[in-house]
Amino acid sequence: MAIRRGRGVAAVNYPTGMNLGGDPSQALVHSTPTGNFMVTLSSVDLGQGLKQIMAQICAETIGVPAELVTIDTGDTDTGPHCMGTFASRGTHRIGNAVIQAATEARQVMLEVAAEELEVNASDLETDGTGNIHVKGAPQKAISIFDTALAAHFKRGRSISGRGMFLVPRSYPEVETGAMKPATCYAHACTVVEVDVDDETGEVTVVSVKNVFEIGRALNPRMVEQQLVGGSWMGLSHALYETTEPYYPNREHGGTDFNQYLMPGPGDLAETEIIVLERPAADGPYGAKGPGEMCANPQIPAVANAIFDAVGVRIDHLPITPERILRALRAQAAPAGA
Amino acid sequence: MAKKVPVQVTLNGEERAEFVESGATLLNALRGRFGDTSPKGGCHQGTCGACSVIIDGELKLSCLTLAEACDGAEIVTTAGLATNSAMHPLQRAFAEGFAAQCGFCTPGMIMAAKALLDQKPDPTREDVIEALSGNICRCTGYEPIIQAVLAAAAASPHKAA
Repeated sequence: MAIRRGRGVAAVNYPTGMNLGGDPSQALVHSTPTGNFMVTLSSVDLGQGLKQIMAQICAETIGVPAELVTIDTGDTDTGPHCMGTFASRGTHRIGNAVIQAATEARQVMLEVAAEELEVNASDLETDGTGNIHVKGAPQKAISIFDTALAAHFKRGRSISGRGMFLVPRSYPEVETGAMKPATCYAHACTVVEVDVDDETGEVTVVSVKNVFEIGRALNPRMVEQQLVGGSWMGLSHALYETTEPYYPNREHGGTDFNQYLMPGPGDLAETEIIVLERPAADGPYGAKGPGEMCANPQIPAVANAIFDAVGVRIDHLPITPERILRALRAQAAPAGA
Repeated sequence: MAKKVPVQVTLNGEERAEFVESGATLLNALRGRFGDTSPKGGCHQGTCGACSVIIDGELKLSCLTLAEACDGAEIVTTAGLATNSAMHPLQRAFAEGFAAQCGFCTPGMIMAAKALLDQKPDPTREDVIEALSGNICRCTGYEPIIQAVLAAAAASPHKAA
């Protein structure tokens, strides 16, 4: 009886968004009289940071500081249509809709500025700090604050834009069944090291090392936060979590947080995260959806590491000490016994 | 209808009195009567830590504490930590360290961390893990929270936070 060390590796590719009957999201952008920008969405920020990312995308597109952008996700009754925040689709789908709406709003903004400066709108550019000026002649300038005031009180223009991003429904080819369920994929590879006690079946994850390819990290700290939490959650799925430990038998199901096991702060593996950026051609500024993908590769990597450590293949989750001990016993039993 | 009983407490430094239903938990009284929604109700049975508050200097689960038993007590919640508009060092460390995602566990985490730093201003990593072990987080994987508590301790050396 001994503690046995094993190492496992697994890789995944993971679609960004889903494709059932077409996958649309809509965004509306308008400026206040003082040149702040409001983005109206029905998408929900669950804590993944959607509001921050959409503010960055809108600000980048219009050419203003992100602090000038307010994201309003208040009301799905009155807001523009969004399919929702799921399937790792938020950044990609909603971000593309925001780019489209912000591009239209930027065009109106430049047209108003052009009228105020008596120049051609196509000769104007933004400086990213709240001003618009003639390309190559930064002294010929107007602030976005003054542009918005002029639009509202002199020109009667609405600095606003509409965005609708749709991934159309994909039908399988009749002959081959081939179809295109997603337009881009995030990727990950994980190496896990475990110690397995072959007397008790207990598994300790020693380290989890992940490489994630996520398109473009629009906010690197928030991406890191998502990936670290996801890596932990993947280990939790592999080894701890279930509502139905003896499915389909409902007995012994957890009834509260006390009986729903997850690794706590004292059970953390040494965790490493490496981010690779290969921008997606149709992603907003190249971004893909890293949300769910990041909690997947740890599961097969743990199963492989356990096989490497004690030679048993466990194909039911979570991989509990009981399942490992039963498998070890079956392995040790003489053939045909 | 349950009998109403008067409860007088010092809540985040302010003298407060409210009538609460006899048998009401402190969590429900704080959120429903005292208007302090910073303690969160996760499990309402003492297993998740989201409702943690500090009562007379000790970390308590407000969902398992009777409101009327707190008559005369001094209660501190996350809502009372900021001074004017300046965040408490723990709040700042959580924000700067990206130690919250959905944020539901954050008030409980911060109160658990404050209770630790009040007793032990220079904790080890193991001390922090022990102090947070009654609080569940679904999003972060805990590591950013542990780091934020250590950073807050490092930022305010050897003084009770």
